[in-house]
Amino acid sequence: MTRPLLEARQLRVEIGSNTVVDHLDLSVASGERVAILGRNGAGKSTLLSTLAGLRPPVSGAILLDGEDASLLHAREAALRRAWLGQFQSDPFGSTVLETALTGRHPHLGRWDWESTRDAELARSALKAVGLDGMETRQIHTLSGGERQRLAIATLLTQAAPLYLLDEPLSHLDLNHQMAVLELFAGTARDCGAGVVMVLHDPALAHRFCDRALLLHGDGRAEIDSVARILTAEKLSELYGYRLRQIEDRGHRCFIPE
Amino acid sequence: MPTSRRAFLILASLSLLAVASIGLALTVGSFKVSCAEVLAALLGQEGGTGDVVLQLRLPRALAGFACGGLLALAGALMQVLLRNPLADPYVLGISGGAGVGAMFAMLLGLPVLGVDGLAFVGAFAATLLVFGLAHGDGSWTQTRLLLTGVIVAAGCGALVALMLTIAEESKLRGMLFWLMGDLGQSAQWWPAFAALIVALLLAMPFARELNLLSRGLMQAQALGVAVGRLRYAIYLLASLATAASVTTAGSIGFVGLVVPHLVRLATGNDQRLLLPASVLAGGSLLVLADTLARTLIAPQQLPVGVLTALIGVPVFLFLLSRQPK
Repeated sequence: MTRPLLEARQLRVEIGSNTVVDHLDLSVASGERVAILGRNGAGKSTLLSTLAGLRPPVSGAILLDGEDASLLHAREAALRRAWLGQFQSDPFGSTVLETALTGRHPHLGRWDWESTRDAELARSALKAVGLDGMETRQIHTLSGGERQRLAIATLLTQAAPLYLLDEPLSHLDLNHQMAVLELFAGTARDCGAGVVMVLHDPALAHRFCDRALLLHGDGRAEIDSVARILTAEKLSELYGYRLRQIEDRGHRCFIPE
Repeated sequence: MPTSRRAFLILASLSLLAVASIGLALTVGSFKVSCAEVLAALLGQEGGTGDVVLQLRLPRALAGFACGGLLALAGALMQVLLRNPLADPYVLGISGGAGVGAMFAMLLGLPVLGVDGLAFVGAFAATLLVFGLAHGDGSWTQTRLLLTGVIVAAGCGALVALMLTIAEESKLRGMLFWLMGDLGQSAQWWPAFAALIVALLLAMPFARELNLLSRGLMQAQALGVAVGRLRYAIYLLASLATAASVTTAGSIGFVGLVVPHLVRLATGNDQRLLLPASVLAGGSLLVLADTLARTLIAPQQLPVGVLTALIGVPVFLFLLSRQPK
């Protein structure tokens, strides 16, 4: 029996005076994809960064590959999970390839320079998100969508077994949204990676995830398989707006009434 | 990522520049010394001109190189720490604190060592004060640190102005020279030089982590940088480097701001190359500026801080205007 890549035990997360989750138990196994859905301000990003071990929970514990995240050195944690943030800001210039190579940091010793193998990994990651041929471009000349895909390439270069993605589809147009989701679905299927992602579209969550975590914003959280939890009734309550469900060739779609 | 060949070329040519600048500082001055005589003096041959070279010019050139290197290094570190390309070593009030200490010592008529000592105490006190205030609730954002630093610097400026107004006429010139930055009054060259070498040796192992830190705290943490500890260490290191320089030569402006920018244009933002290159370039620049300061209106001397500012302002405005929108 293999250990789960990520385990949250009796987790309580707060932001300001709001409770995001309380007594949350969650476990993500190898190859599993979990979506986090909720309204703006429900605490999706806060929960995700807590799961990544980047901010401490109020109570409860996070286990990354069986070890308490609060006790892991930052570098050790970076070998176990990769985290995609919502915002990238770069006050200093840098090239696309240099940026993608930052993902190799946890794999390198203190005095190591990136090797040609590291550069190859970064190049193939750039290729996977369709940024090949742009290695020498300065990042501030990239569009928002290209910047987002570069961040995803950096994540792939990091090559951790668990991906925590905060709105991976932001700034992406439709074809790239599908490409990115298929990329992570493929990584989960072929390499056994675990994926937790904050999404806004329940239809995409249904199509690309196994389970969904609904955050109600008042401390209540529900988690179940997408087939059971992503229904018009549940989602209408979650978003506070009436939705109608349409099925087409196994894909669900939700239309605002 | 610069290739190792390119990194080597850049560092080698900057080292040549450093040697050339020090060589120039030894030969040029109100008292002309030929290259051959300089070499003879350096090789330990007794001679009439040896004293000028060994006792006056060499210590001053080495002190200048050390201060320039320290300021450029501290500037590069502060820019990463505050994630702000416009940060410089003095932005957090360190030179203000040192200024208050030095002015107070001069007001009391203390000897050079006393002035240096109180300047260092002032710099360190300002560092702790800014950090303590910005750190109040346990979290310190760059903005909060920056604002606290600016306010403390303003307060120090007021105290310095107060002491200048009540000082005797005879002390005013020395005080003004100190405030503008002047290598003529540095007592010893080796403390600053040792500080430079130690600071660079301490910073280099963390260079790649600094690259990540400049991209954002959460990003760096997620990629495996122990951000909290690193930021404390960098803050302390940059502060001590600045304090060492200010104590030796007063608040010489613009080296810490402009040199990392100039170097960045040539090398990119990889700190593994940027930090040593900044040290070499900053040191060379200050030695050259000081040589000019000694010779432009010789036998009168200008404070070197005036020259670095005169060079620095147009260069900086030029860089600012060509920054990508």
